[in-house]
Amino acid sequence: MEVMILLICFSLLAAIVFLVAFVWAVRNGQYDDMTTPAMRMLFETKKKQDIEKGQENL
Amino acid sequence: MGVETFQYDNRIVRDFGIATVVWGAVGMLVGLLAAFQLYLPELNFGFGPTTFSRIRPLHTNAVIFAFVGNGMFMAIYYSLQRLLKARMFSDLLSKINFWGWQLIILSAAVTLPLGISMSKEYAELEWPIDIAIAVVWVIFGINMFGTILRRRERHMYVAVWFYIATFVTVALLHVVNSFELPVTFVKSYPFYAGVQDALVQWWYGHNAVAFFLTTPYLGMMYYYMPKAANRPVFSYRLSIVHFWALIFIYIWAGPHHLLYTSLPDWAQSLGTVFSIMLIAPSWGGMLNGLLTLRGAWDKVRDDPVLKFMVVAVTAYGMATFEGPMLSIKSVNAISHYTDWTIAHVHVGALGWNGFLTFGILYWLVPRLYNVQLYSKKLAGYHFWIGFLGILVYALPMYFAGITQSLMWKQFTPEGFLQYPNFLETVLQIVPMYIIRSVGGTMYFIGVIIMIINLLLTVLHGKFVAEEAAEAPALEKHAMHDGKDPYKHRALERKPVLFLVLTFIAIAAGGIIEFIPTFLIKSNIPTIASVKPYTPLELEGRDIYVGEGCYNCHSQMVRPFRSETERYGEYSKSGEFVYDHPFQWGSKRTGPDLHRVGGKYPDAWHYNHMIDPKLMSPGSLMPPYPWLAEEFVDAEVTPRKIRAMQTLGVPYPEGYDQQAVADMETQANDIVSRLGESGISIDSRTKLVALIAYLQRLGTDIKANPAAQN
Repeated sequence: MEVMILLICFSLLAAIVFLVAFVWAVRNGQYDDMTTPAMRMLFETKKKQDIEKGQENL
Repeated sequence: MGVETFQYDNRIVRDFGIATVVWGAVGMLVGLLAAFQLYLPELNFGFGPTTFSRIRPLHTNAVIFAFVGNGMFMAIYYSLQRLLKARMFSDLLSKINFWGWQLIILSAAVTLPLGISMSKEYAELEWPIDIAIAVVWVIFGINMFGTILRRRERHMYVAVWFYIATFVTVALLHVVNSFELPVTFVKSYPFYAGVQDALVQWWYGHNAVAFFLTTPYLGMMYYYMPKAANRPVFSYRLSIVHFWALIFIYIWAGPHHLLYTSLPDWAQSLGTVFSIMLIAPSWGGMLNGLLTLRGAWDKVRDDPVLKFMVVAVTAYGMATFEGPMLSIKSVNAISHYTDWTIAHVHVGALGWNGFLTFGILYWLVPRLYNVQLYSKKLAGYHFWIGFLGILVYALPMYFAGITQSLMWKQFTPEGFLQYPNFLETVLQIVPMYIIRSVGGTMYFIGVIIMIINLLLTVLHGKFVAEEAAEAPALEKHAMHDGKDPYKHRALERKPVLFLVLTFIAIAAGGIIEFIPTFLIKSNIPTIASVKPYTPLELEGRDIYVGEGCYNCHSQMVRPFRSETERYGEYSKSGEFVYDHPFQWGSKRTGPDLHRVGGKYPDAWHYNHMIDPKLMSPGSLMPPYPWLAEEFVDAEVTPRKIRAMQTLGVPYPEGYDQQAVADMETQANDIVSRLGESGISIDSRTKLVALIAYLQRLGTDIKANPAAQN
């Protein structure tokens, strides 16, 4: 069952990649604000002229 | 800080959308055909490429990689641009991603019906296509990360994280599960054998469900559901917590597909524990989705988009409750190999993936064409017929699975199997198969209604290929804590992080280098009487693999009295050391075949393959008469022997020269035995090779009972 060592290595590898990403995200301040991101994604920034022309999306 | 004007690329979104709808309809239609064949095997039209064992993998591959795959790309290409406030990194890469993916699907649609298959579930495609998948997937990744680097929004919304996890993990899974040694352009052997192959395959198979069918769709849920409801997600904090919990736990749960098999016990337990833990992050996501609609349930009454999404998320919740339950060994002992599994996956596929895709399509297409949806009423019809279709599909399958499993396990008071004839347990549930196909038909009719509705929507609108947007540029080097702007210098200042990254780079390279030798050495026999297959048996095995017999027959007798009574001695891991690939299967529509060798005379197998109903009246197995007409390609046999030697199978040095002669001798023996029963057949036909393989199955440990362990 040597293949298990292999799979555990690869699974740990994935876990380490995710861990590094997590540490990066925290240090980068990705999670400093837990409120506005959920609101912000609801708004689209259209080109002003389009909005004036009434081409706003539905 | 100037405001930048740019355009979103809607063309690529539209293209993937068309592909989603078209391949979705095709994949589901193939599934319907397979469902009908389960009680009307004649519906294969006596034609190999439309026979159940070849179209079942076509169905699974089409709905997973063509329908859900294109749906995922469509939804990601739309939402990623808007969440990051940037156009996709490269239009060219987008196009290569699109056309490359469609070519892969086309080549799958050609090769699988032709019987060109690796037999590893959801990884059946042969090595040239595997390479193409890896290339196209990496191109998708470059395009995504390029967009992330060019983003105008510093914060990466949770959906983007789900997309990143999808890319990283699917790439890893696909590469590890695809280590294979090519023999010809359309035939290869996996490096792994037997138990090891099984473990790698289900590590892949389970995580394909996790990272191809789940994480991208959770990301999509987090974008499209708040958009459609026009409310922020219930808890952004919960979305972050459950994302990280989910991806850290998911990757360890694979062994739950192999409970009670020859896999070591501790690995089975590990899989069970992690599977049960998974319920927490899964339900965290499900509840977060549903609670997003708090105070807005009145919208669900009127809006078909939200209706689809609510059912999708609910189905996700049910499937992820059921999954951990099915991972408990005592539940799995009942459910495994039955239609319970089929019910479980279809709640996920039809409910979660299907309905979320439909909801997104109804939301997205009108926006791409700057028009209202043609008919809300039609969408409502689609919703109800699809929803009822799921119920009419799943409920009879649960019923069938439990009924059949209990019949398999039922003993008479005298201690004999109450239903010794396997066929009896199949015929018992045929009514359920009929109802299931009605459910599938209803679901498919819903899809047709959707196609009409979307087409009419498109005809009334005008496509917005380039959608203008504007956003302030990201201040290039301002990290939030005001640290050093230059990334690499930042890395150098963080020695621990740098060390970890270096370690990853080295480990990845090192592991990939030593894999082949490592695996070959580990394929050593543990049971002395287990010998390599003869050349004829090897050819027969490749036919078994290519025809897809594993779709209905397992080769794994579990250590239950009900199974050892029915099939014989339970399966031992040492018996599979020469099995490239393993053939344990995951569903018993027919009986287990691991101990079938020597059970019936050659003539029985001949007649059974020509017409199964001759030997077991009422059988639902399709006939395989073409095997008696097509010839084994003896020119390739020596190459196959050499490939097996490379993989560590101990054929004597130079045996490839001897192989064809040995093959002829063994084939002539079988032909003369068949002749005694009045059957005449050419010794070079595939059927003779298949009979040789079937008669060998599971007999090695009988040769020397003392060697059993």
